[in-house]
Amino acid sequence: MNAIAPVGRSLAPFEARLDGIADPVRHAAVGELRRVGLPGPRVEAWRYTHLRPLAGHEFREAAASFDADVVGCALDEVLPRDGLLASTPRLVLVNGRFAPELSSPANGVALPEGVMFERFLASPEFDALATPEREPLVALNTALATDGVRLSVAEGAAVGRIVLVSVAFAGEETVSFHPRHSVSLGTGASLELIEVAVSSGNNASAVTYFHNPVLTCSVGEGAKLTHVKVQKEAAGATHLATVYANIATRGAYDSFTLGLGADLARHEVHARLSGAKAAVHVNGAQLLGEKQVGDITSVITHAAPDCISRQTIRNVLTDHARGVFQGKVHVHQIAQKTDGYQMNQALLLSPHAEIDAKPELEIYADDVKCSHGATVGALDDEQLFYLRSRGVPEAQARRILVEAFLLEVLDLHEDEAGRALLDTALGAALSLRIGREQILEQTAGEASE
Amino acid sequence: MPAVTETREQVEKLGQSSYKWGFETDIEMDFAPKGLNEDTIRLISSRKEEPQWLLDWRLAAFAAWQTMEEPTWAKVSHPPIDYQDAYYYAAPKKKAGPKSLEEVDPELLRTYEKLGIPLHEQAMLAGVEVPEGEEARMPIAVDAVFDSVSVATTFRKTLAEAGVIFCPISEAVRDYPDLVRQYLGSVVPVGDNFFAALNSAVFTDGSFVYVPKGVRCPMELSTYFRINARNTGQFERTLIIVEDKASVSYLEGCTAPMRDENQLHAAVVELVAMEDASIKYSTVQNWYPGDENGLGGIYNFVTKRGACRGARSKISWTQVETGSAITWKYPSCILQGEGSVGEFYSVAVTNNRQQADTGTKMIHIGRNTRSTIIAKTISAGHSDSTYRGLVRILPKASGARNFTQCDSLLIGDQCGAHTVPYIENRNMAARVEHEATTSKISEDQMFYCRQRGLSEEDAVGLIVNGFCKDVLKELPMEFAVEAQKLLQISLEGSVG
Repeated sequence: MNAIAPVGRSLAPFEARLDGIADPVRHAAVGELRRVGLPGPRVEAWRYTHLRPLAGHEFREAAASFDADVVGCALDEVLPRDGLLASTPRLVLVNGRFAPELSSPANGVALPEGVMFERFLASPEFDALATPEREPLVALNTALATDGVRLSVAEGAAVGRIVLVSVAFAGEETVSFHPRHSVSLGTGASLELIEVAVSSGNNASAVTYFHNPVLTCSVGEGAKLTHVKVQKEAAGATHLATVYANIATRGAYDSFTLGLGADLARHEVHARLSGAKAAVHVNGAQLLGEKQVGDITSVITHAAPDCISRQTIRNVLTDHARGVFQGKVHVHQIAQKTDGYQMNQALLLSPHAEIDAKPELEIYADDVKCSHGATVGALDDEQLFYLRSRGVPEAQARRILVEAFLLEVLDLHEDEAGRALLDTALGAALSLRIGREQILEQTAGEASE
Repeated sequence: MPAVTETREQVEKLGQSSYKWGFETDIEMDFAPKGLNEDTIRLISSRKEEPQWLLDWRLAAFAAWQTMEEPTWAKVSHPPIDYQDAYYYAAPKKKAGPKSLEEVDPELLRTYEKLGIPLHEQAMLAGVEVPEGEEARMPIAVDAVFDSVSVATTFRKTLAEAGVIFCPISEAVRDYPDLVRQYLGSVVPVGDNFFAALNSAVFTDGSFVYVPKGVRCPMELSTYFRINARNTGQFERTLIIVEDKASVSYLEGCTAPMRDENQLHAAVVELVAMEDASIKYSTVQNWYPGDENGLGGIYNFVTKRGACRGARSKISWTQVETGSAITWKYPSCILQGEGSVGEFYSVAVTNNRQQADTGTKMIHIGRNTRSTIIAKTISAGHSDSTYRGLVRILPKASGARNFTQCDSLLIGDQCGAHTVPYIENRNMAARVEHEATTSKISEDQMFYCRQRGLSEEDAVGLIVNGFCKDVLKELPMEFAVEAQKLLQISLEGSVG
């Protein structure tokens, strides 16, 4: 009857790099991408998070060279030499490329026994867990991935922690990088993966770059993968990450994401419970200010009976920040005795902040226990009053309350070193955002009086 | 369906899981030619002797409709609808237009009698002997819409004395053109959505209610919709305006014959509440749901929206959805007035192959606006039922408050129950709370009931009624009893 407007956004920012890709898998991904475009606001999964900031740029491939001192500084900052993670094996990527000279074997720390490590570059094969037709950003990653890490943990090996650091070293050029990581755990194996995304060189001016990682996790029978992620990319950055996890019988994927940085960020998790009695945790927190947009999206598929899924997400939004949470729990007919719980809470600390939430249940099995909840509100005046009546100054009282609100969800993460990393990152962000927010509000209040 | 006793008796006589309203009335009808184009719209408009402005309005809606796509976001699936393969106007043939009930086609009256809809005022008036075993009840004014046309409206005189206007909308267009012109399409604009645009282009009748300042409507108002003719769509339009400090309670019921074809029902309901006004709108939707294999049934695509324009106004939607092959319906409140209140209480039951995608939208615009959403979803058989709701708090709505509770109950392992709430908050001084659960009837509950001697079916009925209690208690008394029975019938054959 009438012409339908194209759903997707233009691929112009990447067009120059999409031409002439010969590899059949990548070529197919480009075809898929050309068909659907980058997701626009009319795509249901992207109705709250708009990719407008990508338009108008041309994202080039990042150069392989970087200033080792600057990157080294950034690394010392996230992983202090006297910190708990100082001697933990680490894998470092700079602009999406593995940097052996900054990574573990070069630091005199060997990777633990039972772990097989390989660069994606060495044999660029794509994991079937994340396929281009499932998600345009996976298609973009597939088309443009150059490097990444591949970890496989042998059957029964309990290998402890490994740190995966991505450092953005942005020069004058507007660049994008699309690392492809995969982790697989054999039967009964266990691994704590600590992922950090930072940017080097604290330029006062915002740098524009686009980080588009894809991580696939394959958790074997009875295996346990703990995954902590701290995202503190620079202002001006766009961080769109996708995780695909498949969890076998009695396996567990326990994840926590802390979103603090980037102008536009999305952490998207697709977890599939494919064996009985498997468990998944997708917990997270965001503390955002200025004009940041932070999105946590999860799709949890219960495809086997007796599985457990837990999600607790907390957002604190100041200034003009916007938080998004989309969480879908999909229970197949076979997945009887499913136990699913999801809670999303948000604190709005500024009259211009916004939260959009869409918790979703899609259930085809009858013997299930599924629930979700969502609350949104400001700081509780009574709690503030209580603290102030005890002599705590208002700014401090607010910080105490915000911190308590976020610590409650951080407490869900049990690993000591991971927790220390989260605490440090959160503490810095609280000092930056909550004090600031207070001053802004006061000046706004004075102006209106 | 306010006539409690007759219906209840009919319900009791009912055998195994059948639809008792499935009969067809053989009555002489006046059809417009099949298909939808400008000529059809002109014909409807001229048949109704409408003024030019309304025809222009319809044509504008039709033009908008032609540029629109049928929405696909709802979790329902059906074969494509051929909008040209239906009659858009079907009216019982009438001579001069009945002046009183005596002149109404007796065949029609018999239909409503069978349905248990009291069109005879005298039988309903207080003081008239109530046969033994029947309970005395409050009078209810009824507007009966048969296919596309309103056939009778009762108690008009009593209402007129109070200053309340209650008449078919086609009559209101003639008698109160200024009111209709001012408010029609002011809540649901012609181009609002695909089905609302279609309705605006071809609507044939519906009810019109106007309650003037300071008047509490002296009785419950009720509209009874009946689709009878084959191959027709029913497109009724309801407009309710309640002025300052006035209030009204309005009930709506609907049924259709059993047919193995699908029939389209695309209604629009607009409510306007001014300062301190209150509107209570209750629906028991019982269109023919199709048979156990999903053959036939009504496609129910309805746009219902209320605007709380004045301060402290209140709109409350209560719905019990048991019928229709497909339900696509989101009664909404636009909370503009300071301190205005929106409520949505819903029970949606699906069985066999029914699909329901229903919920609400609460748009908080004014300060200190409040909304409550209680939605209970029950799925049985091979059916799919979705709650889809939006709570949006705009930047000016300081002090706004929302509470949402959605509970789903699954009966049997072949059905689906889904919850899709959208929460958008742009005001830090607003509080939004949402909770949802999905579960089945627990073995403990069943065991308890069974050991007290209840049959499995009765136990399920009891538990389901308890599950829905929060919503059913919001219904007017007459409806509540009816609704409880309906729930039980809808779920018949779903256990064991």
